[in-house]
Amino acid sequence: MSSVIRVTGLTKRFSALKAVDGLSFSVEQADIYGFLGQNGAGKSTTIRMLLTLIEPTDGQIEIFGMDLRTHRREILRKVGAVIERPDLYKYLTAYENLSLFARISGIRPSSRILMQQLEQVGLAERAHSKVKTFSQGMKQRLGIAVALVHNPDLVVLDEPTNGLDPQGIADIRNLILHLSAHEKKTLLVSSHLLSEMELIANRMLIIDKGRKIVEGKASELFDPAQTLVELDTPEGTLAEEVLRRSPWQEHLQSRRDGKLLLKMDKTRIASFVRDLVQQGVPVAAIQPRHSLEDYFLSLTTANQHVEAFTDRAV
Amino acid sequence: MWKLLQIELFKIFKRPRTYIPFGAIAAIILIIQLGLKFDGQSYLEMGMSSVADTFNIPYPLVMNGYLVAFVILNTLLIQIPLLVALVAGDMVAGEANMGTLRLLVTRPVSRTQLMLVKYGASVFYTILLLIWMALLALFLSMWIFGTNDLIIARDTVIEHIRKTDVMWRYIAAFGYAMVALSTVAALAFLLSVFAENSIGPIVATISIVVVLTILSEMRIPLYDNTVKPWLFTSHMLAWKGFFYSQSNGQGDTIAGSIENLPSILRSLSILLAYIAAFVTAAIWAFQKKDILS
Repeated sequence: MSSVIRVTGLTKRFSALKAVDGLSFSVEQADIYGFLGQNGAGKSTTIRMLLTLIEPTDGQIEIFGMDLRTHRREILRKVGAVIERPDLYKYLTAYENLSLFARISGIRPSSRILMQQLEQVGLAERAHSKVKTFSQGMKQRLGIAVALVHNPDLVVLDEPTNGLDPQGIADIRNLILHLSAHEKKTLLVSSHLLSEMELIANRMLIIDKGRKIVEGKASELFDPAQTLVELDTPEGTLAEEVLRRSPWQEHLQSRRDGKLLLKMDKTRIASFVRDLVQQGVPVAAIQPRHSLEDYFLSLTTANQHVEAFTDRAV
Repeated sequence: MWKLLQIELFKIFKRPRTYIPFGAIAAIILIIQLGLKFDGQSYLEMGMSSVADTFNIPYPLVMNGYLVAFVILNTLLIQIPLLVALVAGDMVAGEANMGTLRLLVTRPVSRTQLMLVKYGASVFYTILLLIWMALLALFLSMWIFGTNDLIIARDTVIEHIRKTDVMWRYIAAFGYAMVALSTVAALAFLLSVFAENSIGPIVATISIVVVLTILSEMRIPLYDNTVKPWLFTSHMLAWKGFFYSQSNGQGDTIAGSIENLPSILRSLSILLAYIAAFVTAAIWAFQKKDILS
């Protein structure tokens, strides 16, 4: 299987700030590659470097086996992208925008094909409405149509579900899955929503502060049996003391706002609650946590927090 | 390139605000024509007062379409740079502001090509403005006021150009004005590369043109031979030179002659050098620019 994108030691500095720091990863053909990180982690900067909007300070980018610096136009002919907001010419219609970007990309599709592409994103009926009358979701869908208008092999979508309602998010998700399954396109999709990426991505890269945290197959990154749970109790200090003295101590991840975060096998949650109650700890609620932030905590700060717990206990 | 230029022009002419300068020019010209139609003689008496004692001026013959066009050009060619800046200053910064610049740059078009096409579209727009102005200022004036010899006062001298010798001078003057306005467009275009919205480059261009025009018009000996000859604003009105002709021993104008063609050509080459410098700098800066908008 050949790499569609191969990034090696990619770095970008803005004065003193290192937005991307020695990032390396590869995207294989037909991947839906989830590119995850919290806001400000360096996702958009990385994507802008992949699309030649920003010049890297250091590192190398190869796309379709070609160096991006020396084969820019050849590569961009096969790449479509939506970068952050789907900004288009508001004073033009959806059809005019699509036609215009097709021509800039070097193709002149027939009216029928353009209408088909608008149909694919559910905008055929609004083809001749000006974009300034569109909702955020419609703009996002039109942005995707513009990204696909020249039939690219690689599609880069930067936060494609931002600002969308649940139905809009589901539509975009289905479109991404369709592009991968039926049109055999390679997709790089950035997001700060772990749950969203879990539903579509087969491989993922998680970055923080411009550095790689983890990369791999989604199925390998997440152990479906293990889950993060948040214990909500009015007796936080008591709960912490009880846990410190019990075998549950090894499951402790962190304590935030009086709530304790633990990582454990789903099947053990019931016995965990029973133990707490038996030792006089009132349990107001216990709920699974599944945010990127929590995942970061479990990956990067678990040891640190456990040590902090232990230190406080001593 | 032609295809990209068509796309740029399509975008320009799809925006309603593109037509505001055309409306403004039409309004000003019609107001001037109306004023001169009903009170042209007073205007001429005032304008030619410096030579009225020396020459017997036949006012009804002097007030004709060619003179009205000359008056309009004198008035408007100072103001039109501001209108040109409105479009040229928006070319890159406006796209950055809308967020469409990043979409353009991720298409398989080189940044140099993109810049050349955008500047080309600004020049095309400038030419259209001038053609519009020529239609109204020259041809409409010829229709309203008729044609005759062109007589204009120049300091204490009268320039008398036969009506058969006038039209080519206007064509040359409009051609020169096109280069002069393209220089302003190039400046606005360059400033546009550094901004994320079009207000900044438009205001900056207008400010620079105003400051340099004042400097060009000031009579300060220190600047006369050092700074002024190199300011592009000092050369923007050199189109007038096409209406200054040579005369024979009897003081009659020599048809087809220009008093100081080398001076006009020198001004023209300075403007062209400015255009080349501004556009090259704009391309260079855009090549290096990180698109963060």
